[in-house]
Amino acid sequence: MSDTRDEVVAAVTEAHRREWAKVLGATAQLTRDLDLAEECAQDAYAQALETWGESGVPERPGAWLTSIARNRARDVLRRESVFRRKMPLLVADETVQGPEDALNDDRLRLIFTCTHPALSIEARVALTLRLVCGLSTPEVARAFLVPPATMAARITRAKKKIAAARIPYRVPGPDQLEERVTAVLEVVHLIFTTGHTAPLGTDLVRRDLTDSAIRLARMLHLIMPTNGETSALLALLLLIASRQETRMTADGRMALLSEQDRSRWDRQLIAEGRSLLTEALLRRPPSRYALQAAIAALHAEAPSWSDTDWTEIVSIYDVLLRLWPSPVVELNRAVAIGMRDGPGAGLDALSPLLADPALATYGYLSAARADFLRRLENWPQAMAAYEEALTLTDNEIERAFLTERLTEVARNLRQP
Amino acid sequence: MEGAGTRGVGDMAKYMILIYGDAEQWDAMTDEQWRAHDAGHAAFHAEAGSRVLDGRQLESAPTATSLRADALGKIHITDGPFLETKEGLGGYYLLEAADLDEVMRLARLLPELNYMHSGLEIRPVVDRG
Repeated sequence: MSDTRDEVVAAVTEAHRREWAKVLGATAQLTRDLDLAEECAQDAYAQALETWGESGVPERPGAWLTSIARNRARDVLRRESVFRRKMPLLVADETVQGPEDALNDDRLRLIFTCTHPALSIEARVALTLRLVCGLSTPEVARAFLVPPATMAARITRAKKKIAAARIPYRVPGPDQLEERVTAVLEVVHLIFTTGHTAPLGTDLVRRDLTDSAIRLARMLHLIMPTNGETSALLALLLLIASRQETRMTADGRMALLSEQDRSRWDRQLIAEGRSLLTEALLRRPPSRYALQAAIAALHAEAPSWSDTDWTEIVSIYDVLLRLWPSPVVELNRAVAIGMRDGPGAGLDALSPLLADPALATYGYLSAARADFLRRLENWPQAMAAYEEALTLTDNEIERAFLTERLTEVARNLRQP
Repeated sequence: MEGAGTRGVGDMAKYMILIYGDAEQWDAMTDEQWRAHDAGHAAFHAEAGSRVLDGRQLESAPTATSLRADALGKIHITDGPFLETKEGLGGYYLLEAADLDEVMRLARLLPELNYMHSGLEIRPVVDRG
C-alpha cells in the first residue's frame, strides 16, 4: 500500500496538529530534557514524511510517532550518557502505568510545566504555543509581534529556569490542582484573546492563535470532562469563535456585533458552546468563564442587536463584576445599560470610568463613548471622542472603522 | 528504571529562601507580633524538618559593610548594604527539596507572607555535582 505525496503531507500535518503534545510529552518523560525531547519528536515527524508514503499511514499515527521519538531518545541517551549526566534534568516521577487515573497524561504534564506560576505570563504563553501547540519559534514570535531572536531568547530562558529551578514535570497534587488548572486556563484564554483582536497589525483576527487556543481547550476538556471551569472556557471560546467569520465585511471593513450578518454565524459551534455552558452552569458558584459564556450565548441566540435580552445581559454583568471586578467588565456593562435604557443612560454609566487610570489608554472606552454621543447626535463631542479613540489603537482595521465613523460625524457637524 | 536516569526520583536539590522586608516595620513590631512571627517560623521548621540545612536572621542593614572594586582594582569599603533599597535582606534559609513545588509549599508557611512589607525570594543553588 502506498499513498501519494500530498496524502502523506496531509496525514503528517494532521498528526502534528492532533498528536504533537502527546508525542513530545511522552518523549520528555523519558529524556527529562525538553530540548532533546523536541529534537526527537521533530525527527519522528520527519521520518513519518519519508516513510509513510511507502508503508502507508499507520492506524494510530500518534502511537507510531511516539514510539519512533522515544527510540531515538534512547539511542541519544545511550550514546551521550556521560555528557548528559552533567546537565540539569527535568524532575519527573516514574510513569504510573494503567489508565485508572485520567490525570496520568503526558500532555497534561507538559501543559502544567509550561504554565507553572513561577514563570512569567509571557514565558508561559510562549512555551505553551511552542511546546504544547507545536508552533515554531518564528510563528510564536509573529503572533506576539516580537523579533524571532527575542522570542527564541525568551523560550530558552524559560526552559533554563524549568531545569535549573526544578519546576517539576508533573500533574500537581489534589491540594494544588484547582489553582493550577485556573493558571492553565488563564494562558489558554490569553492566547485566544490575543488572537481574537490582534493588538496591532493588519489582521483583525489571528486564526493561528484562536485555533490553537480552541484546540488546547478541547484537549483539556477531553482529559478533564468534569472540570466545570474548563467546560466553561471551551464554551466561551466556541461561542465567540462562532462569529469569527462575520467580524469583517466583504470589503475588509470591521463589522461590530450590531452590524454582523447573523445568518452566517456558525450554528454548530453555537450549539456545542451552548450545551457545554449548560453543563458548566450546573456548578455553583459559576466561574468567570461561565458568566462570560452566558453573555456570549445570549448574543449568539438573539435575532438582532436591538432584539437582544439586554436586561439579562446587564444582570449577568452585575454578577460578573462581583466575582471578577475589572474596569473592562464595567465598561461592557455600561454599554449594555446603554442598549437597555438608551444612549444617555449608557453615557452616564460610562462617566465614572473616565477617571479610572487603568482605562486611561483603553481605546474601547473612547470608542464606546463616541458611539453613545453619536447616537445622541452630540456631534462636537462625538468627534472628539472618535479622534481620541483613533490615537489609542494601532490595529489598522479598527482604525479604518473609527475613521469612517469620524468622517460621518464630521459631515453631520458641518451640515446640521 | 528507564530514562536519563542518572538522577533518580529521590534526588534532592538545594534552594536558598531569601527573606526580604522593610527593617523599619520589623523594628516597629510589638512583642506579641514577634511571638506570632516566631511561632510561624517554628511551624515552618516542624513541617520542613531535616530539609532545613541552615537558617538565620540577619542583623539589620545599617550594620552591613560592603566591599567593591573599581576599574583600577582598588577596593572601596562602604558602610551599609550592597544595594540600598527600602526592603532589605533580613534572613535566609538553606533548604534541600525535591523540586520547586515542594519549596513553594513550605515557603507559604513562613510568617513574612502575613505582611505587605515583606516577602520571599527562592533561588536554586548551583549544583556542580
